[in-house]
Amino acid sequence: MTGTTRIDRRFAALRAEGRGGLVTFVTAGDPDAETALAILKGLPGAGADVIELGMPFSDPMADGPSVQASSQRALASGMTLAAVLDMVSAFRAGDDETPIVLMGYFNPIYVFGVDAFLEQARAAGVDGLIIVDLPPEENRELCLPARAADLNYIFLATPTTDDKRLPVVLEHASGFVYYVSITGITGTASALAADVGAAVERLRRHTDLPVAVGFGIRTPEQAAEMVRSADAAVVGSALVNAVAENLDDDGRPRPHLVDTVLGVVGDLARGVRGARMEGAAQ
Amino acid sequence: MESLNTYRAGPDDQGHFGIYGGRFVAETLMPLILELERAYDDASRDPAFAREMGYYFSQYVGRPSPLYLAQRLTAHLGGARIYFKREDLNHTGAHKVNNCIGQILLARRMGKRRIIAETGAGQHGVATATVCALFDLPCVVYMGAKDMERQAPNVFRMRMLGAEVRPVTSGSGTLKDALNEALRDWVANVEDTYYLIGTVAGPHPFPAMVRDFQAIIGEEVREQMRDAEGRLPDSLVACIGGGSNAIGLFHPFLDEKSVRMIAVEAAGEGITTGKHAASLTAGSPGVLHGNRTYLLQDGDGQIEEAHSISAGLDYPGIGPEHAWLRDVGRVEYVSATDDEAVEAFQLCTRLEGIIPALESAHAVAYVTRAAGTLPKDHSMVVCMSGRGDKDLDTMSKHIGGGP
Repeated sequence: MTGTTRIDRRFAALRAEGRGGLVTFVTAGDPDAETALAILKGLPGAGADVIELGMPFSDPMADGPSVQASSQRALASGMTLAAVLDMVSAFRAGDDETPIVLMGYFNPIYVFGVDAFLEQARAAGVDGLIIVDLPPEENRELCLPARAADLNYIFLATPTTDDKRLPVVLEHASGFVYYVSITGITGTASALAADVGAAVERLRRHTDLPVAVGFGIRTPEQAAEMVRSADAAVVGSALVNAVAENLDDDGRPRPHLVDTVLGVVGDLARGVRGARMEGAAQ
Repeated sequence: MESLNTYRAGPDDQGHFGIYGGRFVAETLMPLILELERAYDDASRDPAFAREMGYYFSQYVGRPSPLYLAQRLTAHLGGARIYFKREDLNHTGAHKVNNCIGQILLARRMGKRRIIAETGAGQHGVATATVCALFDLPCVVYMGAKDMERQAPNVFRMRMLGAEVRPVTSGSGTLKDALNEALRDWVANVEDTYYLIGTVAGPHPFPAMVRDFQAIIGEEVREQMRDAEGRLPDSLVACIGGGSNAIGLFHPFLDEKSVRMIAVEAAGEGITTGKHAASLTAGSPGVLHGNRTYLLQDGDGQIEEAHSISAGLDYPGIGPEHAWLRDVGRVEYVSATDDEAVEAFQLCTRLEGIIPALESAHAVAYVTRAAGTLPKDHSMVVCMSGRGDKDLDTMSKHIGGGP
């Protein structure tokens, strides 16, 4: 193994360019498989550096109303874990560079079968996994098998993960570390940039992995602030909301849905790219 | 089936009962879960904590609850001698309060200043609101919007007790969704909030801790049967949703090989209709709400809605220790339908003057099927887990406007 994955290469490239990255979260199958694939394919061109693709789950305990609704729409449209993997394959046919990280909850993977899932995810071109309800105490379930299958396994660190616990969380971390900037669920409160800066500094004392910050980042300005300290900003609910706002009364996508979502991504990308250049000029 | 030296040793230090249990929670909660585990370990070794619990059990809850020989039901069924363990006579009307006393004392010990809970039938919500009133702590109860409708009297009781009842409209608007919402609240308020889970589910240490607080049921039965019959009971019967009254009754007897144990799940409109809440009878292993256990789910691991006339059993999962006890064959898991529960509810009310909760009526329904087939010297203890005043609306709708 060369030790580099698409995720490693992407963050190395960002460092070389001297800019922060934009990580975008969308739910696979929201509002339907075809539209979601169109969004997915458009994300790199719109400025997404890393893609988090949500695997919809009926009971997303760590998510706020936006992502909950997004999951529900995806499930209602018939999305399954197998179909999520098909989406990744379809994306990979046209893009071999942009990292894709699957994000979600453990149960659908457990029911699918861990070994079969890892094999098919790798074959489809998945680069990493973020599983919200698998803390390091449950590493045997998926983290260790995923590492053995050469997939990056990304851990969440939170404001409650203190210095004593961080080594436990980081022991098997790879790809990047996802710093959850608030104690709360997705798409609700926003953290103060100063607090995040201090937290990222704390993380860097424990790891050389890139740090992405997420939860509560909605605007280009917020994203720009975050990448002054972090390697990347994660935006999810704002994109999912853009999907929700562009559905007709029957829940079908309006004609400009894909462009609107990608427009939001473009604005965020410009914010993120502008930030570090200002920083560099200082 | 494997035969073990003891069935009472679990969970292991990672919170596993066999492959079940565990700690499947967001990282934000993990430090708190570990703190809770330490605090509970510490409390469970502290005689002062046991004394304090004993005080509230006897002086506030009214324990021990009676073990009552249901003579007319016994005569009517013509077989086993049937005893009711009268948890319905506890303050607040159900076994739920046992666990609430234990956990609120622990929350105080941990210096927590705000309590949250989920509730299905409202019995756990009422019990939580009650102990929060007693100890002057703010209380937020999450309850499915659909459950609020069918358990209106309990919603009113909780509000009278000073709790804020927050309707949950996400998902199916029942107990599982209330649990999700409570977990979301907890993640957002980890610093000062204690999540007072109402059943033997959730991440470790909740399943073991809630079991320990409910084990008073079985411990009392053991003594009361010694007084009444001079021996162990022959069988134990309890209804099972999450499984707290069942494990509370069973656990002290798990290593008594002569004691049969039967837990009765809610079969709703019938197992074959798909509209039921029988996760052990018809579910499969999965991970939800912090633990691995049997779940009602589809082939893609999406959780399905449970159905039961009884809001307290309307949950698509089950405590992880029950999942394990099923696999090792120590406890028998059977089911009773809505109609059977309704019939048992009426029978029990008419024969014994005891109006059972619809949850408990599921246990009684099994008794009406089984007791007649057993010899007269067979003693059967049924957990009357709660009283049915809260269910009168549901009953009058179901049986058509009154007797």
